[in-house]
Amino acid sequence: MVSSDSAAVPAGDRKGSRRIAALLRSQMRNIAPFLTLIFLSAFFAIASPSFATIDNVGNILTQVSVTGIIAVGLTFVILCAEIDLSIASIANVTGIAVAYFTLQESYVNIANIPLPGWAAILLALVLCAVLGLVNAFGLTVIGIPSFIMTLAMMQIAAGISALLVRGQIAYKVPDLIATLGSASIGGIPWIVIVAALMLLAGHLVLTYTRFGRYVYMVGGNREAAEYSGLNVKLILGSVMVISAVCSGIGGMLGVAHFGSAQQNEFDTYLLDSIAAVVVGGTSLFGGRGGIGNTIVGLFVLGVLNNGLDHVNIDSFLKILIRGLILLAALVINVYAQRLRAKAAD
Amino acid sequence: MPQGSSPLLELTQITKAFGGVEALRGIDFALSPGEIHGLVGENGAGKSTLMKIIAGVHPEFSGRFMLDGRETRFRSTRDARAAGIAMVHQELSVAPDLSVAENVFLGVQPTNALGFVQWRRMAREAGEQLSRFGIDVDPTARLGDLPIGLQQLIEIARVLFSGARIIILDEPTSALSPPEVERLFATLRRLRDAGSAIIFISHFIEDILGISDTVTVFRNGRKVMDTAAGATIKATLIEAMIGKGREALEETYTHDVALPAPSETPVVLEASGLSLARSLNDVSFQARAGEVLGVYGFMGCGQLELARILFGKLKPDRGQLQVAGETKAFGSTADARRAGIAFVPESRRAMLFHQEPVYKNVSISILDRISSLWLKPSQEREIAMRQVEQLQIRPSAVELDLGMLSGGNQQKVALAKWLTFPPRVLVLCEPTRGMDVGAKNDVIHIIRHLREQGLAIVVLSTEPETVLSLADRIIVLKRGAVVREFTGEKISKDRLLEAA
Repeated sequence: MVSSDSAAVPAGDRKGSRRIAALLRSQMRNIAPFLTLIFLSAFFAIASPSFATIDNVGNILTQVSVTGIIAVGLTFVILCAEIDLSIASIANVTGIAVAYFTLQESYVNIANIPLPGWAAILLALVLCAVLGLVNAFGLTVIGIPSFIMTLAMMQIAAGISALLVRGQIAYKVPDLIATLGSASIGGIPWIVIVAALMLLAGHLVLTYTRFGRYVYMVGGNREAAEYSGLNVKLILGSVMVISAVCSGIGGMLGVAHFGSAQQNEFDTYLLDSIAAVVVGGTSLFGGRGGIGNTIVGLFVLGVLNNGLDHVNIDSFLKILIRGLILLAALVINVYAQRLRAKAAD
Repeated sequence: MPQGSSPLLELTQITKAFGGVEALRGIDFALSPGEIHGLVGENGAGKSTLMKIIAGVHPEFSGRFMLDGRETRFRSTRDARAAGIAMVHQELSVAPDLSVAENVFLGVQPTNALGFVQWRRMAREAGEQLSRFGIDVDPTARLGDLPIGLQQLIEIARVLFSGARIIILDEPTSALSPPEVERLFATLRRLRDAGSAIIFISHFIEDILGISDTVTVFRNGRKVMDTAAGATIKATLIEAMIGKGREALEETYTHDVALPAPSETPVVLEASGLSLARSLNDVSFQARAGEVLGVYGFMGCGQLELARILFGKLKPDRGQLQVAGETKAFGSTADARRAGIAFVPESRRAMLFHQEPVYKNVSISILDRISSLWLKPSQEREIAMRQVEQLQIRPSAVELDLGMLSGGNQQKVALAKWLTFPPRVLVLCEPTRGMDVGAKNDVIHIIRHLREQGLAIVVLSTEPETVLSLADRIIVLKRGAVVREFTGEKISKDRLLEAA
């Protein structure tokens, strides 16, 4: 009752020098992932002559594109200190849905409903948006923690996928999706362009719009956001829908990119997307980070996955190495948060 | 004080400081077996600190601590418990997800030879103990499902039946209904007659006088009075608590403050029949334009809940709110804000974004007024700068993270959030708590200035000075109900305390 205020009294000069230290500390979250990226790139460039080539940079960009599209929406969610575990399943079911509404070759044994391309895309988008709305409803209206709500949605979306394809594989998607997913323009794959545009859009929304500010404020201090008269539930609900729609777009392009639509096709994208966002330095506790961080995280992950294929090590060991590097990045994330919290005191 | 055979506990010249601020200055305190010892004093007078020393929470202090005639030092609450001292803290410390029986036997569950918990025995014994206390409840029920008052009674029961020789109760009655208080008192008397020593802290002077054998009054870390309960009256105790002629810097409000004649300005906010579970019971009032309505009451009287209903954070079970004559049912705090209600909660942490710059803290509540889609950071900074200058927030740098500001300046930022587009109604919880005199006066001036601009202001506080320095009209809340309204008359601190 008396002790806490006495610390706030001392004079300004101590605060001045502390402020510089605090600034450096607070930037830890952005500096650390960037250093990781430079270190990994340098390492693989030295270890393998085939790594640092124009062609391979193109490979890495293409390889991270689907993850990047999904990670845009996930960044919004994690900035709000929530989580979405249903991203990969929603990507999968949306990709399957767009193929389901497209006329397949006669040998594909799926009882599908062929529609015009635009209708198929629209229905697929509506599907992922509705699944996102269900997540939003569970989280905000019913009050189920996002971890559990989206865990259930993960299963639900996988279930819808299973019912649509029934163990079969579909190949055809609407022309627009096929182009965006697998064609190139002037040597640059469309999917890279789409990913870049979506990341840019995400960045603009988060940085320059009122909604973006609200996302950061809700993540930074949810109670204060509520007592400032923000509609916290509306904001949380919106980010869940944004996440689902980004996942859906990633899923449609992914299906075109891979050339097929089938069950469990996107399973690895759940961890990859979460890892990209968090490794990049966006705080799991909300309020800190952004699309810039996610981009760095995507490249850390892309360089790591790609680079390990270029060096000659036991392919079974690679999985472990990947895990250890991700763990190191997460430790830095939590540690940076603590440094910053101390700096703010 | 009554000279019993020999004191169970005898403290001499106890002094305790927190970071250079003395919370206790040379306190002498004695407690005899079979005594109920009442303790009164204002917030921060040192009651809780002394009790925490006795219960081993604060092992560092100077002075002599004698238990059973031997000099003793507790290193922890464990030592104190082992010596037979138990304390019920002001804040509820139960495990809501455990059963009633598990809570009663928390940490001392009966086990069999193999170390397994004997659930049936535990439930049976918990039921017996509670019914001796007059509590008829299923011992297997989840504690969190019971009303708060009952939870508090069960926590008290746990301590009372722990076999402790010295029992400390810090504000045990704030959430209890009158019959529950009676039951508690009956049990306390029974324990006293069996030889236990009980220390009873309360803001409710009637309770203190009704149960205690001895009463000690604290003020500013000193013991100022020590008397047999039968030899004193409420007014004497209140006078001793407040003191006459305190430091000149702070207004003491021991003399009459004249409240202005009832205002004829339009009613902006009208609450009728607000009830919420066990927190609020049929609360009605009106707040008028250009008027400060003070809501005074002790901790736990329902103020916090009332404020949250006004800002749409809690939904009342019954009753309604009217803003400027329109009935409103707020679904969220955003609805309340749009209806023209602004809110500053009692905790700055719950209001501000410590890791964000000052200007973002100032603009958050008005962003939708200055931008529809794209942010306008330069305009935000301009607005923030204007507020920083007007409210004399120091340092006057809007880019600085809010966490770098002192508490008083943070409180001004919390007010600044609402001032660019003034609301119709401003609801303030504890607007000056924990602030130094200078910052306090600044905030008081800001609020008075807003009143002149025609805002209806509701100030809720547990500090009589805050209410007396600001309010034009005062309602007193007690156990969730309005028990008194002061309007157009002279009032002083002791009359306010007496009403609550």
